[in-house]
Amino acid sequence: MQKEAAIREPLILGHKSYHDVTEDVCRPIEDKAPRMWYILFGIALIIALYGIGCIVYLLGTGIGVWGLNKTIGWAWDITNFVWWVGIGHAGTLISAVLLLFRQKWRMAINRSAEAMTIFAVFMAGLFPLIHMGRLWVGYWVLPLPNQFGSLWVNFNSPLLWDVFAISTYLSVSLVFWYIGLIPDFATIRDRAKKPVSKKMYSILSFGWSGRAKHWNRFETVSLVLAGLATPLVFSVHSIVSFDFATSIVPGWHTTIFPPYFVAGAVFSGFAMVQTLLLVMRKAMGLEAYIHTKHVEYMNIVIMVTGSIVGTAYITELFISWYSGVEYEAYAFLNRATGPYWWAYWSMMTCNVISPQLMWIRKLRRSLLFTFFISIVVNIGMWFERYVIIVTSIHRDYLPSAWSMHYPSHIDIGVYIGTIGIFFVFFLLFARYFPVLALNEIKTILKGSGQSYKEAPDYHKHH
Amino acid sequence: MAEKVIYVMYDDEEVLKDGAKVLVSKGIKIAEVFSPFPIHGIDPIIGIKNTRLGIMAFLYGLTGLMLATVGMRFFMVTDWPMNIGGKPNFSYLENMLAFVPVTFEFTVLCAAHGMAITYLLANKTLPGMPAQNPDPRTTDDRFVMEIRMSDNLNSSEKDIDEILKNTGFVEIDKKEIK
Repeated sequence: MQKEAAIREPLILGHKSYHDVTEDVCRPIEDKAPRMWYILFGIALIIALYGIGCIVYLLGTGIGVWGLNKTIGWAWDITNFVWWVGIGHAGTLISAVLLLFRQKWRMAINRSAEAMTIFAVFMAGLFPLIHMGRLWVGYWVLPLPNQFGSLWVNFNSPLLWDVFAISTYLSVSLVFWYIGLIPDFATIRDRAKKPVSKKMYSILSFGWSGRAKHWNRFETVSLVLAGLATPLVFSVHSIVSFDFATSIVPGWHTTIFPPYFVAGAVFSGFAMVQTLLLVMRKAMGLEAYIHTKHVEYMNIVIMVTGSIVGTAYITELFISWYSGVEYEAYAFLNRATGPYWWAYWSMMTCNVISPQLMWIRKLRRSLLFTFFISIVVNIGMWFERYVIIVTSIHRDYLPSAWSMHYPSHIDIGVYIGTIGIFFVFFLLFARYFPVLALNEIKTILKGSGQSYKEAPDYHKHH
Repeated sequence: MAEKVIYVMYDDEEVLKDGAKVLVSKGIKIAEVFSPFPIHGIDPIIGIKNTRLGIMAFLYGLTGLMLATVGMRFFMVTDWPMNIGGKPNFSYLENMLAFVPVTFEFTVLCAAHGMAITYLLANKTLPGMPAQNPDPRTTDDRFVMEIRMSDNLNSSEKDIDEILKNTGFVEIDKKEIK
């Protein structure tokens, strides 16, 4: 058992025993779902079905139904792709990077953050696939033996790197998440009374029994997977940024893109975690495990990554002037003062100013304010991608080809639809899966639990 | 042949650990410990060696690295030297930088999945496997020590009971298993 400084705020409030932890996490799964869950699920499902309808229409008709034109070949689709991948960065960062840094507060949030990651990456992966137009030839992105004169995929292309990066990230995150889930499914299995749920959780828990040797392996696997997932997190969004940075379009061709995209991804991912968890902790009665201190820690991450993003924006602006390249300078001048000025300034306000408010302790410990900022940040990060993608290509070298992008209702429908699909997945997760990492929470109960910290003999042992 | 097994249940991992130390010092072999979460420091006491899965992960990663290198050399240089902007791929080394991202991703892919599959197989935790913990409470808040009589031929059941008496267990269960 590890001890920590007594002046550190406890991570688990209240006087919980091991059994209480089990009860608190399993109760929402075993009880009947509250009416609110059905209402939210219904809304999400309707939106998801509308989105699926739009996708089906798009696949049947062709991507001409999007508002794209000859100049602007990438707009909402890739914006949404990058937005969702970015959101999908928080979960693995929390569970892998913070594991390596031995940050115990991650244990309250890693399970749901990683679920969010996986669902967000699903949504992200959807966009390049449907952008192919002909979904049924999607397997052409894989290096498979074929009869086209044996034509291979182009391993020199960042788009192909992206295929490898996203699929590796998705599958490794999924495995990492599931390996952590197995012991917790076993807990639910051993408590289940109804035969159907007993059977279901029995299959899901893979017959986990909690033997000492298995735990020994479990800890090694978690550590090594965290070690592998850490560079993976950073590589994925770096490679997403290569999609732009390796081109010669002014506004895209910048070397700061990889770190700037990674920081932006973590920034938006944590904002999404805040949005979801602030609602979830309340709805599922998990206030003792996810409390102000956790929110504050996440807000500090938002503040730091937000500041990196802000610095990157200003660096880009400065370099566009300092480089002396007139095309580059115009690209940025056009962003700030051209026809898309409103998108640029929305992005600046949401991403540069709002995280700076987190310097104030009172604000970063306010749950309501955090919820508000988390939504602002996600709007800002969507605009960031829109600004980078659309404003850079809508006016490039040839003025006669300048154009504007107006989204069609299919553009909007597919985007809103993915939000619906995401929430359908997330609500199902919250209903049937243990939303806290039970086995991990129990290991810190004695080191960071309130009742143990307040006990008079806490300091004696070390 | 039926075998006698003693299951000793504790409600705190530290108490179990102290009890295990006493048993081991008296020469009793503990066959297994079941717990709802990893008990740090139990492995050396009951004689569990550290897992070698980390080494396996490294080997899987190495395999991935090699496959990616050999694969991309074949696809991009040998089989079809793709000519991009008048710059065909004449040798692997000249184009190696462009292959770094995929090499890295594939290494991680093989290391992570190889290790995860090995882990599940080594544990024999696979879909549809039956649960083997002696009591359903061991995944909640109870910790169980399993002592097999066949491992302790020099001690009688009474001897073990005598030692266990002062270890602070909450329940004790004796079973005949096949």
